[in-house]
Amino acid sequence: MEHQAVVGAVKSLQALGEVIEAELRSTKRWELTAEGEEIAREGSHEARVFRSIPPEGLAQSELMRLPSGKVGFSKAMSNKWIRVDKSAADGPRVFRVVDSMEDEVQRRLQLVQGGQAEKLGEKERSELRKRKLLAEVTLKTYWVSKGSAFSTSISKQETELSPEMISSGSWRDRPFKPYNFLAHGVLPDSGHLHPLLKVRSQFRQIFLEMGFTEMPTDNFIESSFWNFDALFQPQQHPARDQHDTFFLRDPAEALQLPMDYVQRVKRTHSQGGYGSQGYKYTWKLDEARKNLLRTHTTSASARALYRLAQKKPFTPVKYFSIDRVFRNETLDATHLAEFHQIEGVVADHGLTLGHLMGILREFFTKLGITQLRFKPAYNPYTEPSMEVFSYHQGLKKWVEVGNSGVFRPEMLLPMGLPENVSVIAWGLSLERPTMIKYGINNIRDLVGHKVNLQMVYDSPLCRLDAEPRPPPTQEAA
Amino acid sequence: MPTVSVKRDLLFQALGRTYTDEEFDELCFEFGLELDEITSEKEIISKEQGNVKAAGASDVVLYKIDVPANRYDLLCLEGLVRGLQVFKERIKAPVYKRVMPDGKIQKLIITEETAKIRPFAVAAVLRNIKFTKDRYDSFIELQEKLHQNICRKRALVAIGTHDLDTLSGPFTYTAKRPSDIKFKPLNKTKEYTACELMNIYKTDNHLKHYLHIIENKPLYPVIYDSNGVVLSMPPIINGDHSRITVNTRNIFIECTGTDFTKAKIVLDIIVTMFSEYCENQFTVEAAEVVFPNGKSYTFPELAYRKEMVRADLINKKVGIRETPENLAKLLTRMYLKSEVIGDGNQIEIEIPPTRADIIHACDIVEDAAIAYGYNNIQMTLPKTYTIANQFPLNKLTELLRYDMAAAGFTEALTFALCSQEDIADKLGLDISATKAVHISNPKTAEFQVARTTLLPGLLKTIAANRKMPLPLKLFEISDIVIKDSNTECIQYVGAKNYRHLCAVYYNKNPGFEIIHGLLDRIMQLLDVPPGEDKGGYVIKASEGPAFFPGRCAEIFARGQSVGKLGVLHPDVITKFELTMPCSSLEINIGPFL
Repeated sequence: MEHQAVVGAVKSLQALGEVIEAELRSTKRWELTAEGEEIAREGSHEARVFRSIPPEGLAQSELMRLPSGKVGFSKAMSNKWIRVDKSAADGPRVFRVVDSMEDEVQRRLQLVQGGQAEKLGEKERSELRKRKLLAEVTLKTYWVSKGSAFSTSISKQETELSPEMISSGSWRDRPFKPYNFLAHGVLPDSGHLHPLLKVRSQFRQIFLEMGFTEMPTDNFIESSFWNFDALFQPQQHPARDQHDTFFLRDPAEALQLPMDYVQRVKRTHSQGGYGSQGYKYTWKLDEARKNLLRTHTTSASARALYRLAQKKPFTPVKYFSIDRVFRNETLDATHLAEFHQIEGVVADHGLTLGHLMGILREFFTKLGITQLRFKPAYNPYTEPSMEVFSYHQGLKKWVEVGNSGVFRPEMLLPMGLPENVSVIAWGLSLERPTMIKYGINNIRDLVGHKVNLQMVYDSPLCRLDAEPRPPPTQEAA
Repeated sequence: MPTVSVKRDLLFQALGRTYTDEEFDELCFEFGLELDEITSEKEIISKEQGNVKAAGASDVVLYKIDVPANRYDLLCLEGLVRGLQVFKERIKAPVYKRVMPDGKIQKLIITEETAKIRPFAVAAVLRNIKFTKDRYDSFIELQEKLHQNICRKRALVAIGTHDLDTLSGPFTYTAKRPSDIKFKPLNKTKEYTACELMNIYKTDNHLKHYLHIIENKPLYPVIYDSNGVVLSMPPIINGDHSRITVNTRNIFIECTGTDFTKAKIVLDIIVTMFSEYCENQFTVEAAEVVFPNGKSYTFPELAYRKEMVRADLINKKVGIRETPENLAKLLTRMYLKSEVIGDGNQIEIEIPPTRADIIHACDIVEDAAIAYGYNNIQMTLPKTYTIANQFPLNKLTELLRYDMAAAGFTEALTFALCSQEDIADKLGLDISATKAVHISNPKTAEFQVARTTLLPGLLKTIAANRKMPLPLKLFEISDIVIKDSNTECIQYVGAKNYRHLCAVYYNKNPGFEIIHGLLDRIMQLLDVPPGEDKGGYVIKASEGPAFFPGRCAEIFARGQSVGKLGVLHPDVITKFELTMPCSSLEINIGPFL
């Protein structure tokens, strides 16, 4: 009986449940390959080559045409049974070197054939295996005994419940094949949202929960005026350098600026006013007209606050935005030329630094960050300014999570906002908390066209206030 | 943010006590500084150039401290120590005095030739100074820090310091043709003309960055003494003749520049920081500068300004309740000598010449808050009552994103900046036809233009994910930018964002019906019925260089063209390094608001 047929029968009996018990005992043995069989019968290729050479020799070309020619020739040569005379008159000619030889290969193969493979050394066997004359085969043996549900009549187990079984009720009498609950299910065909934008949705949600209105930020191109001058950032400020900011060649200049307001900004920069000494330099309109890719969304906040200032009487507002900003920076694992900035702004009468800290505490609590510390800092357009640090349990140190401050009067008063209105604001990047949250070390694994879509497919829900899962093991490596 | 590196032991010696690293870090944090790194010269060299080079270097522990960009008075060990000692109330802030010399005042005369290149100059003298190696190094380092920061890499202000005993005044600050300027510069053994020097310094790793400031000007600025000795050729190099050393006793300082205010600040900072080592501590000898119009000024200004701030304003801005006396004490700790005057609620604050960063009452409020301790301020919630609104375009975007994913498409997030090739050549378009905005200073081709379509980003995403199982179904809803000459446009900048929705289907078959079906679904979601009636949508055969001929249609909705869909042209597929057929859809969602 064919071995495979027995194995198949045992397996299908096993599949029926507890009918039989079968213990697998596999053994290994050596077997000749088809070529090995042939050699055991007719001798090795080299022996056949040797035998085919008459005493007067044989033309090499003729020898090569023999069935064993090519393989046998080189082996016989290396065994030094034959030689080639290259100077023979009608082309190279092959002669015997010895009168007789022992065909070791054939002898060894015959040993194996006779079931005496163990008589060969490890080295000899592996040499024959390399020549593909010998193969090691695993023989599956089963030790079969009666199972707990042993029966001489077998009925096939059903794999699945069918409508027919339900209507006929036949499911009551049928055995069902057990499920393998260790196997994975089939993932549903679905689309997926990008993980960074899932985080963006959560930040929007948080701001909306806190009563913040979304500012329009759909203008990547901005004039230097709104991006810098309106924020009381002087025209020689390093951020306005070609090395930090993308300027535009076309359209190079913003043609329309609100000139009344521009005049007030100019005066505040160059001469001061509104209680300020100003920067005392020659402010140039040309510099303010220069178009650029906005370096922060604060330019959009400035526009929003300017619009607010034009509405009389003043009504308190809470604003937010999350959108792209651009920096002509040196790129590395955590810096790209574009990233998303998150910004929150509150304008009201009598706001204090304590209010700023209070609202930051609420905001960060919603992100699952509760341990906060504030450090004095310098920003050109906020005073007082404070950097926000949180204690990172994983890194065991305080890490900066945001920047904040009270907008300078030199920024707000030229817009036309009332003097006793304060505007507190804070900002952070969207990418950084996302990378910390998901243990991503290279920003390129998160943003841009080079991301692995599998990462997008596999990314979990974004629940910022939920406990983070343990960092991935690759980080430990 | 500038980083100042100081020797730890020298710092502790000057502070009169030692700190653990943690304690010092804490002190920095409180004061608004950041202990960025603890290192040594050896460590720095070994990190940058390898262990071999570092072999002989010093093991002395260095603190690298980040200083706020507007605090020029903290850019050297002397200033840091003074600031921290006053903060900790261990010393009183010194009073800086300008004094007239016993003999003749040093004079610097500016000629009118400087007007077009570098019109301003200020000067002062540090008399009977006593350097040590560390003090001298700090003096040089401070100039470098000032050059890099407030001086904007010497463009706004350049500093020259000279051994006054090697020179004889009066000095002349003028501008000459480069070929007419000849002198022996610092660290050279012979004389060169200015033209030769500019050539030599092209390969100087330090100086090459400053050449552009004067390179193409017909006249170069230069300062001479009364014997024709060149003091300096600002902003490039000083003369070797007047170089200062550890043994120099009398220093002539000149600052030239294009920004008068900053030149005065820079001079004030140098003399306030280093007059500490003068025989008469914290006194600076005046110098006279005569401007081309004949007017003469005395420097350094060392101006003390008085500001008046009401105590309740500080309390109200910070959110604390401190007495005026306490607030005055807090401010005094911040180097702002303050006292309560008038009705007992007014605080008079003296702004010293070291604190050029104080330009408004809000700067004073901040210092009070820092001295009070940010982390001691009671947190409260503003009572501002507001109703939140979403930006309509973003609200629509959010809603559509979820339903695009529900329709089986996966969201991509691609860059808004790209190469011209991405939006033009690769899509079979001429760049001029794209109406793209162009960036003038991209460091690489990846940032030449803002994208005018989302399609290239999605195709590049597919190219980076070719190993993923097919089909790939991607979408993105994001902004593209188009030049816009409409001056009515509220942004006034000459360019406008449009919110696009783009989707691609990439498989062994083009799947036009799938992209078409997605369009039908999107229109269903937007409540736009099929049909040509106003308010409905229809697609009409069209063509475009990005599409396979006969496989492109234009989408009309609510009476206007909103985009295109179709099977991509094989050339487009190939140029994006793809191998399978692909169909795409891109619409502007603005009209559906």
